[in-house]
Amino acid sequence: MSYDKFSILISPAVPLPIENVDTDQIIPARFLKAVERKGFGDNLFRDWRYDRNDQPKSDFVLNNPLYAGKILVGGKNFGSGSSREHAAWAIYDYGFRVVVSSFFADIFKNNALNNGLLPVVVSPDFLQKIFDTIEKDPTAAFKVDLQAQTFTIVATGESAAFEINPYKKHCLLNGLDDIDYLVSLKEKIARFENQRL
Amino acid sequence: MTAKTLFDKIWDSHVIEQVKGGPDVLYIDKHLIHEVTSPVAFLGLEKRGLKVFRPENTIATPDHNVPTIDQHLTIQEELSRHQVEMLTRNCEKHGIQLCGLNHPWHGIVHVIGPELGITQPGMTIVCGDSHTSTHGAFGAVAFGIGTSEVEMVLASQCILQPKPKRMRITVNGQLKEGVTAKDIALYIISRISTSGGTGHFVEFAGSAIRSLTMEGRMTVCNMSIECGARGGLIAPDETTFAYVKGREYAPKGADWDKALAYWKTLHSDEEAVFDTEYHFDAADIEPMITYGTNPGMGTGVTSSIPTSDGLSGSDKFTFEKSLAYMGYSPGDKLLGKPVDYVFVGSCTNGRIEDLRAFAQFIKGKQKAPSVTAWIVPGSKQVEKAAREEGLVEILEEAGFKLRQPGCSACLAMNDDKIPEGKYAISTSNRNFEGRQGPGARTLLASPLTAAAAAVTGVISDPREFAGF
Ligand code: SF4
Repeated sequence: MSYDKFSILISPAVPLPIENVDTDQIIPARFLKAVERKGFGDNLFRDWRYDRNDQPKSDFVLNNPLYAGKILVGGKNFGSGSSREHAAWAIYDYGFRVVVSSFFADIFKNNALNNGLLPVVVSPDFLQKIFDTIEKDPTAAFKVDLQAQTFTIVATGESAAFEINPYKKHCLLNGLDDIDYLVSLKEKIARFENQRL
Repeated sequence: MTAKTLFDKIWDSHVIEQVKGGPDVLYIDKHLIHEVTSPVAFLGLEKRGLKVFRPENTIATPDHNVPTIDQHLTIQEELSRHQVEMLTRNCEKHGIQLCGLNHPWHGIVHVIGPELGITQPGMTIVCGDSHTSTHGAFGAVAFGIGTSEVEMVLASQCILQPKPKRMRITVNGQLKEGVTAKDIALYIISRISTSGGTGHFVEFAGSAIRSLTMEGRMTVCNMSIECGARGGLIAPDETTFAYVKGREYAPKGADWDKALAYWKTLHSDEEAVFDTEYHFDAADIEPMITYGTNPGMGTGVTSSIPTSDGLSGSDKFTFEKSLAYMGYSPGDKLLGKPVDYVFVGSCTNGRIEDLRAFAQFIKGKQKAPSVTAWIVPGSKQVEKAAREEGLVEILEEAGFKLRQPGCSACLAMNDDKIPEGKYAISTSNRNFEGRQGPGARTLLASPLTAAAAAVTGVISDPREFAGF
């Protein structure tokens, strides 16, 4: 999948202080029927965002005009459950470029990285600090620097380093995906197959 | 040579190369696809002008979307029909074997793989579905992937994958009567939480695991993803070999002997070191049931819902939100709570032994009038066996009906949706909010515990009934 290159992002953040946000909440199964990768953002957090009559629920953060931005901050174990990549597509399509949590489910993390959505893991304490900062000032800005691998609360300058696999970092910085690389290995793959016969 | 775990043996023998500072390029032996997570991958492939690299190593079945009645008619719902048609078209175009609707091999992707002998020890197996972990029961490294990765496998028969850490969960001792593989799985998750296995591949070991049938082992490995693990596996043994032998895709003749010799080497070396280990005693396990909105929120069926004492901050908030969704209060007793729907099926518990257990339990009893029950076989072959064994008559005499194969109410992408606010006891694997339909309330349990609720209309202990 092609996606935009990522380098530095400065943006306010949207808080979702709930643990174990599973991919069924991020995008419910009934919205997985598309055969193209389009429009998933409309149904992001569908059942938390809209009531049964498709009216926005005023108590859900995405419907609260106070909060906006390209960074989504979630509670621990974000993205658990189903492997549906639609979850990463929906978050990206909605306009987020970064998801922050103290802990991500494995498949979600891979899916996010494969789609130009940067998962940033911070310590539980720092995560709480981010939530507190947003609570005090919903417009507070955060800076994500992929090259330096840092996440910074702009107002206070407090910063946390985050880990990312160097290969995936390279891909994100350059907007590359894995398929071209794998296809370039075809001969080697064929040799491997022959050796095993 | 250094001692290796079973997982390392299989993984390492499939690594084509290591990306500098990055993941492994892992060769995939078998790739399973279904209608929901594959269309965008095929589209991506076509946009790049690529062909499927090894079409013979991929096998397809439509399962997530399909209706479970009147499968001989066209699918009514337009979007579902379109996805299933796309799968058919993509398979035809790229020369991929399709077990389509009404094909005698049709069924849930994780039921048909083992059933056809496609799943074999020592293999790497992936599918765009998290419960691919099911196939680990055969001593395979099997795990779920996203659609981008489906495209990788179609394009190159490989994926880029960081190697997980190793965990071993040992369950020794003898299971008590009325306690099943599903209870082992729910018990483990309740103990180590839904994120306890994150970053790990789990080997299940111990006498209680060894004593399980292949179907029971599949149930345990199926649920390994629910503790956050990348997958689970069990070393193959005589039970495994006897199951695989003679199946459609199983090796035959001299190939069988060769394969068997290799499979017998597939176990963790005695000295092998795991990053994390857990030990449990089978005798501590009761029939389990969940009361919350993640599979880790489970307890023995005779217990009460825990209180939020000792929880604080977002833990407390999350716990209370979950109970509010379920309409339960902390400290409530579970026995006797009403159940409106019973769902027996899915890749966790939709195989013939599950239907047998359910049928044996309800034989001579009657479905509670307040209960709506959906009994859904995991595959066409399971459906056929249920007919041949006379299970269908037993079900019908007790007021139940056998439906047709598919994922059904496990994720409610078809019409089998639990209505808002209703309680469903379900043999599937996920009790997330809305998983079985918007507002549906799911209680995960074994086929036996589901059967007990089906005849009483309330949460019941299956051991309280005659025969136990
Ligand atoms: S039965 Fe449920 S868990 Fe299994 S493949 Fe289908 S949707 Fe996934």
